[in-house]
Amino acid sequence: MKVLYFAWLKAKTGLGEEDVTPPDGVATVGQLVDFLKTRSPGHAAAFEVMSTVRVAVNQDYGGLDTPVKTGDEVAFFPPVTGG
Amino acid sequence: MAVRVQREEFDPGAELARFSAGKTSVGGICLFIGLVRDYMGADQASGSVVNAMTLEHYPGMTERQLEAIEAEAHARWPLDDTLVIHRYGRLEPGERIVLVAASSAHRDAAFEACRFLMDWLKTKAPFWKVEHTPDGDAWVDAKESDEAAASRWNQGTP
Repeated sequence: MKVLYFAWLKAKTGLGEEDVTPPDGVATVGQLVDFLKTRSPGHAAAFEVMSTVRVAVNQDYGGLDTPVKTGDEVAFFPPVTGG
Repeated sequence: MAVRVQREEFDPGAELARFSAGKTSVGGICLFIGLVRDYMGADQASGSVVNAMTLEHYPGMTERQLEAIEAEAHARWPLDDTLVIHRYGRLEPGERIVLVAASSAHRDAAFEACRFLMDWLKTKAPFWKVEHTPDGDAWVDAKESDEAAASRWNQGTP
C-alpha cells in the first residue's frame, strides 16, 4: 500500500511517501491510521489531531470509515488552501 | 473544458484570446485571476508581511478534482466552455496563481459559474500554501469563510 503525505504532514512524518504492509485486520482508513501512528514519533505527531487531517483513497476524498486494501494509494493532508 | 496545473507563468491576454476564438454563439465570457498578496490577515494595515509563498499540490488527484469541479459547473449552468489554470511552486507577491474562465450564451451563467469554480476549487482542489515571512515559514490554514462560500452552492439549485 502506498501512503502519501502532504504539507505539514510531510514535515512531521519526514516522508513524502512510503510503502507499507499493514498487519491483517487493517481494513479501513481509521485502522490504517492506528497502524501508521506506531511507525515513529513523527507519525504519531502527524496524526495527533485527526480533525485537522483529510484523507484521499485512490485520489478520491474519503473518511476514517473508507475501506483500504493492498495496492491502494492513500494520501493524508490538511484542509486545502489553494486559489 | 480544460484544466492545466503548471509551474510556469500564464499570459491572461493570450489565454483569453484562445478561449474566445471562434465562439460565435457565446454572449459573454467571465474570467477571474487570483494573485499573490504581500501580506496575511484581514487587511494590509493590520496584517503581517509575506515575502513569497510556495504552493504544493497532489499530482494526479489535483487534475482529477479540478475536472470534477468543472464537470459540476457544466451540470449546473448552460455553459459553452470553461478553463481552469492553477500554478504551483514558489510565487512572489503580484504573481498570478489561478485563472478560471467560463463562457455562455448569457452572462449570468458565466458570472455564476466563475464564482462557483473558484469557491469549490478553494475547498476541494488539493493545493496547500506555505507563506514565507520574515519570521519564518507558515502553512496557511483553511479559512471558514472559504468553507462558507463553497457550501452556499449546496443549498438548492442556484
